[in-house]
Amino acid sequence: MHKFIDKYLNTTGRATLALLLVALVAVAGHTMVRKLVVPSFAAVDGDYRYQWHRVDNQQEWLDWPVSHRGNTQCQGCHAPQYQQIANHLHAKLQCESCHGPAGEHPVDPPKLTVDSSRELCLRCHADLPYRPNNYGKLSGKNLTLKMIVADEHFPEMECINCHNVHTAGY
Amino acid sequence: MKQTRRNILKKAGLITVAGMTIPLGALRILTPDEAIALTKNDQRKRWGFVVDTTKCIGCGLCVKACKLENKTPYESNVARTWVERYIQRDDGQVTIDSPRQGVEGFSTNDPLGKSLAAEDISKGYFVPKLCNQCDKPSCVSVCPAGATYKTSDGVVLVDHSWCIGCGFCITNCPYGARYFHPTWEVVDKCTFCYHRITQGKNSACVDACAFGARKIGLLNDPDSEVQQIILQERVTVLKPESHNYPQVFYLGLDHLVI
Repeated sequence: MHKFIDKYLNTTGRATLALLLVALVAVAGHTMVRKLVVPSFAAVDGDYRYQWHRVDNQQEWLDWPVSHRGNTQCQGCHAPQYQQIANHLHAKLQCESCHGPAGEHPVDPPKLTVDSSRELCLRCHADLPYRPNNYGKLSGKNLTLKMIVADEHFPEMECINCHNVHTAGY
Repeated sequence: MKQTRRNILKKAGLITVAGMTIPLGALRILTPDEAIALTKNDQRKRWGFVVDTTKCIGCGLCVKACKLENKTPYESNVARTWVERYIQRDDGQVTIDSPRQGVEGFSTNDPLGKSLAAEDISKGYFVPKLCNQCDKPSCVSVCPAGATYKTSDGVVLVDHSWCIGCGFCITNCPYGARYFHPTWEVVDKCTFCYHRITQGKNSACVDACAFGARKIGLLNDPDSEVQQIILQERVTVLKPESHNYPQVFYLGLDHLVI
């Protein structure tokens, strides 16, 4: 290599070669560092106005954990309770609306914290002048939402002392 | 034809004359409903949402489910979806409130903390809101970091690890759907529960609603209830004048709703 350079290149040639090599290393280095540091971006469907994004991000959103599993998941282990509520007026309610999100239950969390507070019931059953209370269209039946005047209907008591949420309808 | 000055001028003249023959009506901007009708023939998946305000009773279970599903700090004053209460009194005065985004529901008749007699109210209703997943999202247009984008199935997402937290998108959303996440310290917004809908589940808020006020589905799937409602019923969108082409359609909206 040295002999080749001595034989064919004069001083200017050697300087040019050295510069070229430095430039090559710089470009390669830059490309490698950029590849490592800057993630890859792309515009889906060629839409550079609205769909330009870091490619990996969409997968990150797909990987977000599901917390609310739905009543059918609960049915697997709690079939009697599932059946009971399905036959009564709270059938449309999600178990997790009161019992909290299942997540990886029964592993994590091993036990769910049930919200049986009066406030939870009042979300639907407190009488407001502008709260619609008829749900005939919903089920084909003439369903009426039971309304109570919160200040007058045993204000000191918890609802569950008298009412069974799973067999609602009285 | 040779590219001479004469020929270019000739071509320009022809194009101008041809352009003048297009009626002005053909150049107007499509309304969201017309845009939807057009997308009927579009084979790409496109998520849409229907909110039936006449069924909402203001229980706030949707907001609760959303916060727990998407890890929005429960006690904080931000939420990806929220419920607004509109009350018009007999004297015409209108009160709009959404205490803590409606996460605890509405169980007392005290808009903005002041109790109101039932006989003074002429009308009142609840309006659930969420990100409209616009077809032309202005929030995406203004992001200087390339940290927010629309997916090809029409959901606007935020790249939390790329967001610089400048807040341009928050001020440019016509619907106020974006907020700073208190612990992640970046911008966050409703994703239609992208992780759930892509697995065949409903969004958490849709499942949580016992009254069927919220529906999610594919706009161009003839079997989806969302498409049925949009094509057959009198739907409207919020702030069509923003020309963002929102993809959340409302039933039973009132002129008071902003």
